Amino acid sequence: MFRIRLPGIAPLMLLASALAMGLLIIMPLAVVFSEAFAKGLSTYLGAFNDPDLWAAIKLTLLVAAISVPLNAVFGVAAAWTIAKFEFRGKSLLLAIIDLPFSMSPVVSGLVWVLLFGAQGWFGQFLIDHDIKIIFDVSGIVLATITVTLPFVARELIPLMQDQGSDEEAAAVTLGAGGFTIFRQITLPNIRWALLYGVLLCNARAMGEFGAVSVVSGKIRGLTNTLPLQIEALYNDYDFVGAFAAASLLASLGLVTLILKTGLEWRFSSELSHARKR
Amino acid sequence: MPANDDAALALALEIRGISKTYGRYPALKDVSFAAADREFLALLGPSGSGKTTLLRVLAGLEQPDGGEVRFGGEDYLAIPARKRRAGMVFQHYALFRHMTVAQNIAFGLKVRPRAERPSAAEIKKRVGDLLDLVQLKGLDKRFPAQLSGGQRQRVALARALAIEPRMLLLDEPFGALDAQVRRDLRHWLREVHDRAGVTTVFVTHDQEEALDLADRVAILRDGKLIQLGKPQELYDHPATAFVYDFLGPACRLPGVVEEGRLRVGDWVTEVQAPAGEVDVYFRPDEVEFAPADGAGLAAQVRGAAARGPQIRIDCLVEDRTLELLVRDAIAPAGVAVGLSVRVRPTRFKLYPRAVEAMAA
Repeated sequence: MFRIRLPGIAPLMLLASALAMGLLIIMPLAVVFSEAFAKGLSTYLGAFNDPDLWAAIKLTLLVAAISVPLNAVFGVAAAWTIAKFEFRGKSLLLAIIDLPFSMSPVVSGLVWVLLFGAQGWFGQFLIDHDIKIIFDVSGIVLATITVTLPFVARELIPLMQDQGSDEEAAAVTLGAGGFTIFRQITLPNIRWALLYGVLLCNARAMGEFGAVSVVSGKIRGLTNTLPLQIEALYNDYDFVGAFAAASLLASLGLVTLILKTGLEWRFSSELSHARKR
Repeated sequence: MPANDDAALALALEIRGISKTYGRYPALKDVSFAAADREFLALLGPSGSGKTTLLRVLAGLEQPDGGEVRFGGEDYLAIPARKRRAGMVFQHYALFRHMTVAQNIAFGLKVRPRAERPSAAEIKKRVGDLLDLVQLKGLDKRFPAQLSGGQRQRVALARALAIEPRMLLLDEPFGALDAQVRRDLRHWLREVHDRAGVTTVFVTHDQEEALDLADRVAILRDGKLIQLGKPQELYDHPATAFVYDFLGPACRLPGVVEEGRLRVGDWVTEVQAPAGEVDVYFRPDEVEFAPADGAGLAAQVRGAAARGPQIRIDCLVEDRTLELLVRDAIAPAGVAVGLSVRVRPTRFKLYPRAVEAMAA
């Protein structure tokens, strides 16, 4: 291992980034928890007696429970197709997967309103057949899936491209069928990267605000997810309630961060973006 | 193409007119040959010659655009890869990285349909036997990442042998190993082949390996089969200048054949060859030296260096620098830079003059 002598300015830059980190991340976190507990533990716990907040928590869990597995399946399928096969339109597919990264979430939400809203392209059709998408759980799920689309696929594609398809080919010559190969060769080779992608996807799914706020209609107790409920409480000047709810999301973020760091530390060679070699 | 001259042996593998194109790039052009049961056949060629593609066609990992492959009389192309029982060793071994050595070897047995699957005890015994065969006893619980290149190669071979393959396919099995390990494994591989009693097709770009190891060698170039024969036949009678060049170090001089006589510079000798411009090929050690007033080609020594029991003498002959090899004992006395001598190839081959310049 080489020891690299840092140039004279490096300690200053380190200090500056540490300060920026402190100001931008640690401080807000501290504010969230200090505001949540500003009037004592009992007031904090009392904030959770609000049935609308519980409805928001349940809705958020439900939306994540639907959209994360769907995106995991889509991510694995897309990464597998892109990494192991050559086909026309591959870069187009990659661009579509990346689109949510480059587009404002509000636009992702608006697209669905444009398609399925009452004035949208399919609005009349949906009204005629009594199907509700916008201002409903299904719309929130759609918006969440759109926004979190790249997380799993983007994590898996570089890893699978790197691994190539030799192991799968070897398994074929040894007599294994397609499903066996997927279950016993492909999936174990990507399991930690998949978990990593799911983790990030889940954090984003639960925390998404922009896209969801466009399609949800913000009906308290019905279509408000946790981030939307936090905004509603804040606008009501219910600061303890708002920050108590926010402390849940912040805790989710911290847990995700710990798990993510653990994965990076333990399985760095099996994750794509954390790889060092 | 010479027919399989050992007619007593049953034909196991027959390949007829195999062609394969990737986009507009032809990888195989009308390749045909046959291999006998239990034969060890090498596919030899430079990179891009189509040898690996041919191997993958045999394994069922690629479908050819045209042609026929029969194995033991069966239409092999109609059988899906997973049912061919062709044990393949990949260039980079393709071991299952998350499985132990024992799990890797057992994989082909464990994925068999229930009715054909050996019992757990039998599988364990097979794995133990194979670990013995490839001399890896005691390493069964290791993961591929914990093995050396040579050990990985042997695990890959054991894994391929576990399914009792009808045919063994090896893709540059020594390609990623260093020279010493290669030589050690080479003879061991031949032993394993002889003991396993399967037809083996072996891809390599190393002519020494192919000539040393195989019963017969098929030489491919640009997707075409150039020559097929026993190693000694190939070495003695290369069909084309390419084969001559590919099988070992070669010296080339331009010559002309007229009325049964070959003329190279001021050296004339009798040959039986059609008249015309030719390239004269000879091995660097198939030459005789003579004093400047003797018979042969006028040559000027440009340099000399001892190479173990041989001396390498760089000579300027007909405006070309040839690197010649002679045994110490028969080297011209007092070899020194600038010395004028005569050089006469003792054995040579004539090929029609190449249109484009070839690397000499």
